[in-house]
Amino acid sequence: MDYQMVPSICPYCGVGCGVLLEVIDGKLAGTLPLKTHPNNEGKLCIKGWNLHEHVVSDNRLLFPLVKEEGRFREVAWDEAIEISAKRLKAIIEEFGPDSVGVLTSAKMTNEANYLIQKFSRAAIGTNNVDHCARL
Amino acid sequence: MTNSMKEFEDSGCIFVIGSNTTETHPIIAGRIMTAKEKGAKLIVADPRNIHLAEFADIVVHHRLGSDVALLNGMMHVIVKNGWHDDKHIEERTEGFSDLEEVLEDYTPKKVEAITGVGCVDIERMAEMYAGNHPAALLYAMGITQHTTGVDNVKSCCNLAMLCGNVGVRSGGVNPLRGQSNVQGACDMGGLPNVFPGYQPVADQTANEKFSNAWGKALPERAGLTLTDMVKGMGDGRIKALCVFGENPKLSDPDSGHLDHVLKKLDFLLVQDLYMTETAADADVFFAGASVAEEDGTYTNTERRCMRGNKAIDPLGKALPDWDIICRLSSAMGYAMDYSCPEEIFDEMTSLTPSYGGMTYERLGINGLQWPCPGKDHPGTPYLHKDNFSRGKGKFHAVKYLDPDEMPDEDYPFFLTTGRMFSHYHTGTMTRVSPHLHSEQKSGYIEVSPKDAGDMMLNDGENVRVLSRRGQIEVPVKITSRVGEGLLFSPFHFRENPINRLTNPAFDPIAKIPEFKVCAVKLEKIAE
Repeated sequence: MDYQMVPSICPYCGVGCGVLLEVIDGKLAGTLPLKTHPNNEGKLCIKGWNLHEHVVSDNRLLFPLVKEEGRFREVAWDEAIEISAKRLKAIIEEFGPDSVGVLTSAKMTNEANYLIQKFSRAAIGTNNVDHCARL
Repeated sequence: MTNSMKEFEDSGCIFVIGSNTTETHPIIAGRIMTAKEKGAKLIVADPRNIHLAEFADIVVHHRLGSDVALLNGMMHVIVKNGWHDDKHIEERTEGFSDLEEVLEDYTPKKVEAITGVGCVDIERMAEMYAGNHPAALLYAMGITQHTTGVDNVKSCCNLAMLCGNVGVRSGGVNPLRGQSNVQGACDMGGLPNVFPGYQPVADQTANEKFSNAWGKALPERAGLTLTDMVKGMGDGRIKALCVFGENPKLSDPDSGHLDHVLKKLDFLLVQDLYMTETAADADVFFAGASVAEEDGTYTNTERRCMRGNKAIDPLGKALPDWDIICRLSSAMGYAMDYSCPEEIFDEMTSLTPSYGGMTYERLGINGLQWPCPGKDHPGTPYLHKDNFSRGKGKFHAVKYLDPDEMPDEDYPFFLTTGRMFSHYHTGTMTRVSPHLHSEQKSGYIEVSPKDAGDMMLNDGENVRVLSRRGQIEVPVKITSRVGEGLLFSPFHFRENPINRLTNPAFDPIAKIPEFKVCAVKLEKIAE
């Protein structure tokens, strides 16, 4: 049996508790508080202790989908990306870049957020980018 | 937050207003308990009788949306008694005389009439806050989600500056942020008017800097906020929407209206972990990775940027979020070619002075708090130590205004919304978690014993709740956590979508909707 503990950050509230993700034979198995982390010093709330459950849930959707005539169809990544790029480009051409809005995420990493606003501003050409800080 | 969480343990006084800390930020509540054990005073002001109130030295339940009046009342008493910090005001601030003039009006008697908090309590709160230096003020969405959200925040800052509590350890003005990376999303320029590090898109120097770095002329006019995008979808200006990891159909106010405008879009792209209410309306769905499946950094409520490490490969065919964006952008004709998140981080820090001194190696496990401008800079535990970023701290003379919607004959109850301890936001992550689901399986609305008695409602009985915008049915929870005339419901539960009722009226500056106050009526459902 291969057992690893990987340090990470709890994805729930803004405290950002340090956690250890328990991985057994490549599968996410549990969450422990990180004792030395300055934010939580070995403590976690009920959400943090159970954070692995949202990752391994059977409710996860693990492939891209495209809707056709009201129904979703599983597609390969290349097709999902190509269809999206084509639709967005057509709309930008007809109505201008400010006809597109982008909502980035307070749950994603800094790196993803940086890329999403760069994508909005440089690839689409609009400053219509916001997220749910107000909600 | 101006200060750091651990510092609260050494505060002389902790004043919590508009934060249900034990339920929504339990680890910070732990710091407050430690402070209490070390002798700190605790003041809790909240319309509901929240759990933290049981540990407080003074508890007041002010009427929903009356925060400016309450804070002005406290400041009136402080100034009248000469408890304010003259030296701090003289050396570090400006605009005090304008504030003083407005405060003149807010006598305890007048404030009692607006807030429902007794004169004696207002005086005791003022004395306790001013008399136990350093005092830390903590708030959350109870302060900000109002049509007067900006006024409320300004009043919190006024109070802290008045007593010399800004720029000191264990003091400060501390908004407790509700999402793991909401601070980071703002810092990274996930806002319509600023690039990373709050550099304005309309500022010519900043715009040129980013245009050069990214090899493309960038738009200079600020874009639309989420609130304005919804309006734009309604009037046809917005034709396409890309939603990355959010579920506005359950989290936005007046969600019936949002349902309607989402259908008008020509194209909706949603990236998420699950088939959320919003994703169900999408034309294309991207399967993103969870926190355990990708490397990257997160910035918490005390401005601490920390590394999350990939523990497992993305499940199924899910891809890391950064990888998906790179593919989409490249397909649109703007190439993004990064080999790993660290490369993205290094580009970001080279353009963002407050993150300028950070590298993955330096972040280590504990992370670093911005501003961290240089490779040898240790990071910044508390802000404004010697100077405010604008030079002097500015007092804002703020007058009290009523919420947008007040109860009347037709809609006699106040409704407020929020989170509960075992669930999170729209419940997408917590309701699929067996241990969290077992704590609370359905939505509910808190009703006071008096109101429940008057309407002959039983605990657990379904009741109809109506506002001017919509109606839902939801089980009753009879509890003294709310007083007569006040109702509370969490917004985690899709079966009881309370945001069908909430008021989309928003603060004119921050564009934040008034989730915390609206008027509703209750109807018993005939058997």
